[in-house]
Amino acid sequence: MKKTGKKRRGPLAREAQWTGWLFISPMVLGFTLLLLFPMGQALYMSLTDWPLLGDHKFIGLENYRNIATDSMFWKIFGNTVYFTVGLVPLNIVLALLLALLLSKSMKGIGLFRTAIFVPVMTSLIVWSIVWKYMFATDSGLINQLLLLLDIKGPAWLYDEKLAMPAVIVTSVLKNVGLNMVLFIAAIQQVPRSLYEAAMLDGAGKSKSFFNVTLPMITPTVFLTVVMTVIGSLKVFGQIYVMTQGGPSNSTKVLVYYIWEKAFKLFQMGYASALAFVLFFVVLILTLLQWQLRKRWVFNESDT
Amino acid sequence: MKATPNLDKRRPLEAIGVYAVLSVIAFIMLVPFLWMLSTSFKEPQDIFTYPPELIPSTFRFQNYADVFQLIPFHRFYFNSVYIAFVVVVGTVFFASLAGYAFAKIPFKGRNLVFLILLSAMMIPHEVTAIPMFLFMRELNWIDTHLPIILLPIFGAGGVFGIFVMRQFFITVPTELEEAAMIDGCNRFRIYAQIMLPIAKPGLATLTIFTFVTVWNDFFDPLIFINSRELMTLPLGLSLFTDEVGTSWHYLMSATVMATVPLLIVFFMAQRRFIEGVAMTGLKE
Repeated sequence: MKKTGKKRRGPLAREAQWTGWLFISPMVLGFTLLLLFPMGQALYMSLTDWPLLGDHKFIGLENYRNIATDSMFWKIFGNTVYFTVGLVPLNIVLALLLALLLSKSMKGIGLFRTAIFVPVMTSLIVWSIVWKYMFATDSGLINQLLLLLDIKGPAWLYDEKLAMPAVIVTSVLKNVGLNMVLFIAAIQQVPRSLYEAAMLDGAGKSKSFFNVTLPMITPTVFLTVVMTVIGSLKVFGQIYVMTQGGPSNSTKVLVYYIWEKAFKLFQMGYASALAFVLFFVVLILTLLQWQLRKRWVFNESDT
Repeated sequence: MKATPNLDKRRPLEAIGVYAVLSVIAFIMLVPFLWMLSTSFKEPQDIFTYPPELIPSTFRFQNYADVFQLIPFHRFYFNSVYIAFVVVVGTVFFASLAGYAFAKIPFKGRNLVFLILLSAMMIPHEVTAIPMFLFMRELNWIDTHLPIILLPIFGAGGVFGIFVMRQFFITVPTELEEAAMIDGCNRFRIYAQIMLPIAKPGLATLTIFTFVTVWNDFFDPLIFINSRELMTLPLGLSLFTDEVGTSWHYLMSATVMATVPLLIVFFMAQRRFIEGVAMTGLKE
């Protein structure tokens, strides 16, 4: 299509030049002002000392050097990694298990899918408020049920060791349905003939899962893992509602720290540098994803 | 819906096992909603009743009315609905227009611009939020709805919309357009009268996606909005959580009211939504 457009420079091709640009102009203009320009600005800000009021001054890489020696940053970085490492395997394995069970045709399947998908649709803030209540020390359902078993439940969200796992469980239940749906779609695209061939070769169920299903859906699984990792690194809402980063900073994560530095303490320069640390991590993960996807082009053309 | 083979003939014992596992997980997912609903009708003292009651001994509908006294809940609601409406209409219009151009109009620099747009999708929102805040402050737009309307339309959400719509328009045969052009239609008429009707499924997917994203957005309202009357539901609810603390009966009435409309939208559009997630998620 591009070639023919170049060959004939008729009125139609010329018309295409300006209508094309006209049609994309609102988005390109908005995008430039609201994304591209702020991105450059943020990079510059990360190299400055930028208070909310008064003049900013250029300090080079000082913010980044401070981050490297900021013990609070490393604690928060550790918390963010803890959240991610706790959430991702749990989420992926559960989503895969559910997808396997729910990709078959059976009675009432729609009902199960819906039930598991409903939390995805629910507001994160609502979900977090409800789970904060479920985890409440005295009136919470979880501890009341434990009491029925004669166990005195802990103060989940006020215990340094338990708060993060509680937030992780809340987050897994919120989003597992999303990954499940992606996996179901991938599983249903595996050609039937492959299973038949595997059966003829005498493969049982677990064998055909590991040798047929899993390799065929690997690209989707990998893509989903990367997306879930990126999402986890940006966790914010559930922390804000459930723990406010506490107790004693045990659930304070990177985006919460960025928000606190930028919009509570108004250290805009330092916060921008922190945001760029997040950006670099996301960038590396995205590039890794692209690199690995190239190897799976063959697989993806099937889907 | 395609089924993988040989599973209809599954042994009964196995079927029972599968149903049992699924029931347990589905139940865990639904418990928070049941508990939310149950508590929303409880008398304050019944919240601490042990053993816990799923069906309250007395129903207190007053909880719902009280919420409106304690916070400007109707304002939160109105703000959320109208902001979601404006953002959805804006995104669907501008993203489909641009998506059509990227898919069907051969203009110079098309691929380069598209590539730049796509790569910008990985910029974390938190990076641009800080300069955006200063920018909006210059414009005196802090504590107005403009930032939380404009940012989703023209930011990453809009770019995602362009991407979805482009994928959709690419599959439409070019002959249709050529015929219309011979008939003397201009591009905008082709877009509005031929392309948009064909793209209905794609538009529906984008509508639902955008609606859910905006309805649930929390970070932007948190940064840009200070006045209670201007808050959206998620922000208002989080503020309410800070204020009433453990008055769970009030909190649960408020969350029920905030959740039900979204669930209705979801049940109406469920199939399309789940298919849309699968489609866009896989091709992203």
